Amino acid sequence: MTGSMDLPAKGGFNFDLCRRNNMLEKNGLKLPGFLKTGTTIVGLVFQDGVVLGADTRATEGPIVADKNCEKIHFMAPNIYCCGAGTAADTEAVTDMVSSQLQLHRYATGRESRVITALTLLKSHLFRYQGHVSAALVLGGVDCTGPHLHTVYPHGSTDTLPFATMGSGSLAAMSVFESRFKEGLTREEGIELVSDAIRAGIFNDLGSGSNVDVCVITKGKTEYLRNHQLPNPRTYASSKGFSFTKGQTEVLSTKIIPLKQKVEVAEGGDAMEE
Amino acid sequence: MARFDPYENNGGTCVAVAGADYCVVAADTRLSVGYSILSRDHSKIAQLADKCVLASSGFQGDIKALQKALAAKELVYEHNNNKKMSCPAMAQLLSNTLYYKRFFPYYAFNVLAGLDTQGKGCVFTYDAVGSYERTGYSAQGTGSALMMPVLDNQLKSPSPLLLPARDAVTPLSESDAVDLVKDVFASATERDIYTGDRLEIVVINSSGTCRECIELRKD
Repeated sequence: MTGSMDLPAKGGFNFDLCRRNNMLEKNGLKLPGFLKTGTTIVGLVFQDGVVLGADTRATEGPIVADKNCEKIHFMAPNIYCCGAGTAADTEAVTDMVSSQLQLHRYATGRESRVITALTLLKSHLFRYQGHVSAALVLGGVDCTGPHLHTVYPHGSTDTLPFATMGSGSLAAMSVFESRFKEGLTREEGIELVSDAIRAGIFNDLGSGSNVDVCVITKGKTEYLRNHQLPNPRTYASSKGFSFTKGQTEVLSTKIIPLKQKVEVAEGGDAMEE
Repeated sequence: MARFDPYENNGGTCVAVAGADYCVVAADTRLSVGYSILSRDHSKIAQLADKCVLASSGFQGDIKALQKALAAKELVYEHNNNKKMSCPAMAQLLSNTLYYKRFFPYYAFNVLAGLDTQGKGCVFTYDAVGSYERTGYSAQGTGSALMMPVLDNQLKSPSPLLLPARDAVTPLSESDAVDLVKDVFASATERDIYTGDRLEIVVINSSGTCRECIELRKD
């Protein structure tokens, strides 16, 4: 068969425009910024399973873009993943692996295992050589027991009893290192995770707002969205605000009628369905 | 080889609003560097003269040095002229002091405010090298871009951009102006990571200077 056939994309990033972008940047063009999550994310293993925690602030440089975003992502009914780094990257990579796990569950007829999610994530991130900026805390309970892992943007992983990631990780880790012990109860685990996230929220400027918690045990997962709200608005004017036209002074007005530039055909053909 | 950077931005926001017979100056008390908080209780407002107050945000090292230099020059003025410096006089002095270091500037974004010789509120707003202008209100610092549009809309002051130049004080009452400043700071705190912890409000009027503090979000 002759005729040109488009070859399917080999996958990976297309770096063709990098030279052009570098030239533009050198000539003074400001490149669009990435939405990073700043972030404090944590996880720990307790006697019946794992507890994951995260703050809810998404930043764009010094500005808070989202005051209540969700950083604990669904992977499987028994596996959840906290994400730090570039928000689009953490969303995309967790959604992608979540889909792959679901297809795998249909194929095998079994509950997903945490190490499966781990291998899928690390292979993907390594293949992209760190360009996918996702730092994850992956936790879950499967037939082999409770598991907690950290995944770094370049694709390395660690298996740990307690872990923290993100710009607030040092603040959170100081709490864990002081108070973690093996065999915590559910209440102790949730309290320790909340305290660690709050340490990040109050001491790290990249983290803030509320505490999200997720408790995973054998056969049951509880996603406690906004488990704590330690940052209510401190002051709201009782008079309220109105923003009517004219309150901001108009300095000058110029109206350019566009009718003469656009030809409007009366009673043209109807659009096709 | 990484060069030594002599500057650092310690964040924070300052605001001043001039009224017919009062002046409101407010600044948050958070001192930060990078993503860390150095202090939740650091004042950005300095009293330079009787009815004259300087609020500065930027590099606190340069700001402390600038405040010291201005206080010393104010004392010399008092000795030479047998009276305390007025707010407009201090405004000119600050401009000259800043321009003196035109080629190694004070990393300070200043708002000078107080009562002028007639007892009317006055606000002077500066850039880092001393360009200044008397206005009816101003915001400087990391949260200034979040606050100025709201102040432009709600203060009902004549715009400083209009010609001919008009007397720019706000017709609002003192309590309304303070209420607006509190709300505007609470809003800026929601969206600017460098603004927060506590808000220090100084109100200058004919009966003197009074200071008030309210809590802001600490995250």
